[in-house]
Amino acid sequence: MRFTTLLKNPADWMQGRGPHSDIVMTSRIRLARNLRGWSFPGWSSERQRVDLMNEVRPVVAGLPEMKDGFNEEYPNLTKTKKQVLVERHLVSREHAARSTGCAILIDRRQSLAIMVNEEDHFRMQGIRAGLDLRTAYELVNRVDSELENFLPYAYDSRLGYLTACPTNVGTGMRASAMLHLPALVLTEQIKQVMNAVSKIGLAVRGLYGEGTEALGNLFQVSNQHTLGETESELISRIEGVAEHIVQAENNAREKLLHESPTMLRDQVGRAYATLRFAHILNSKEALTQLSLLRLGADLDLVTECDRGLLDALLLEIQPAHLQLAAQRELSPEERDTRRAEITRQLLKSVPEPLNVSLDSAENAPPPESDDE
Amino acid sequence: MKCDMCDNEATVFLTQIVDGKMTQVNLCDKCSKEKGVTDPTGFQLADFLLGNAAQKKTRQSTAEDDTLACPECGFTRAHLKKIGRMGCPECYLTFGDDMDNMLRAMHKGTRHVGKVPGRQVSLPVPSPKAERPAPAAATASAAPTPPPAPAPVSPKKKLADLKAAIDLAVMEERYEDAARLRDEVKAIESKA
Repeated sequence: MRFTTLLKNPADWMQGRGPHSDIVMTSRIRLARNLRGWSFPGWSSERQRVDLMNEVRPVVAGLPEMKDGFNEEYPNLTKTKKQVLVERHLVSREHAARSTGCAILIDRRQSLAIMVNEEDHFRMQGIRAGLDLRTAYELVNRVDSELENFLPYAYDSRLGYLTACPTNVGTGMRASAMLHLPALVLTEQIKQVMNAVSKIGLAVRGLYGEGTEALGNLFQVSNQHTLGETESELISRIEGVAEHIVQAENNAREKLLHESPTMLRDQVGRAYATLRFAHILNSKEALTQLSLLRLGADLDLVTECDRGLLDALLLEIQPAHLQLAAQRELSPEERDTRRAEITRQLLKSVPEPLNVSLDSAENAPPPESDDE
Repeated sequence: MKCDMCDNEATVFLTQIVDGKMTQVNLCDKCSKEKGVTDPTGFQLADFLLGNAAQKKTRQSTAEDDTLACPECGFTRAHLKKIGRMGCPECYLTFGDDMDNMLRAMHKGTRHVGKVPGRQVSLPVPSPKAERPAPAAATASAAPTPPPAPAPVSPKKKLADLKAAIDLAVMEERYEDAARLRDEVKAIESKA
């Protein structure tokens, strides 16, 4: 499959509507696997990495799940293309920074991605929309079990799957849920929630994983331990915590609607205005305002706003996506102008947020939308 | 009073209570320094008295030896300390002693309880206790009445048996036995 074809097919998880998908954007399961008798990628020579890649690539590509999928080694991908895959969460930032001896295989539906020679020989990932870690696990577990028929995994009966970093040893599994939590941020409860989460041994990260900022009110919750618990236990724990956070976010939204409706409407209205009319829009501002608009859509303050449209926009305005569309490198200033242009265009189809006059009852339909 | 190690005059007198028993050691200046008596953390009187002080000492010095390298990939302990990652799967065996504490701090447990690859599922058939060769062999030389010499076993068979015994020990959570058996495996493998 060609790169352009891959991107044209919208990913399942970008369209699908899983459980709690208003708040949980995606569920992802990542498995780290290595082959016996080979050094880990960080400690092998370029020659060894290339040899390993050449040995395993046909095996992975031959899996039924990977039929008609995307399969490419990094020297054949431009920096922009790799970055696009990062923005789609199909490839890690660390992996995208590498080249010789690295490859990526993605299934047709973009719900399975297998990185070759990341920190481990294999990093395979299953992605689902909404809070659906179990299905994501089933996806990637099936591939894992198939691969093990052909490849000798490095496994120890006491330590489990052996990984380059001891923090991943055992199950080699990282389960994560990406949560959109604007109300917890607006009501300033987010710190509290996040502290509680990290206290029970889970990690909270920003949009693009380790060490990244929580842009657009998006937070990733994932397990830190991989040894001493079964996959199922780990998944249950993350799911339980994610459900709690969803509940807290819903409560915060209710609270905002009832206690500070004007502030809420103001935020959503400003977000709409900025996105709809700005001519210069940097990433951070775009993500923040899109988050608030999405909140408005979730709470029916903006009607007829397709959340799928907002999610698609969230990807399209990322730097590499912009550059891929422009078919050249863009300076940050050029990106900001293009980002604003795309956003203005797309939001034309979204009607302006409901106007509620001070005297009208809460949630009542507006008498007449005033033109301003 | 003479030094317990050599014939020089003892100048260091050390008393320790080990397992409720008081023991005393007399050492000369030179020997006390060699044995690290002045460094309380580096000296265990019990080991000294039990005759394995020297052994312990060397083991401790290897534990601090950054040049310890993985026979499979050449990755050293210095690398591990520096980057916190392993060189190859075999490194987990090489640096096994270092790993336990590290893993305990990182994880919920120190034993994998998750997925087992299909091809490894074939757990060793638990051998009857009498047949477990490893512990008997280890103590055989010291025992006053050695058991009848076992029929010669090929090193390969012995290794396989040892590994099965390790798995059994791990399953039964006899980790100390497992560790000792692992050391035996290492010893055999290094001779081979």
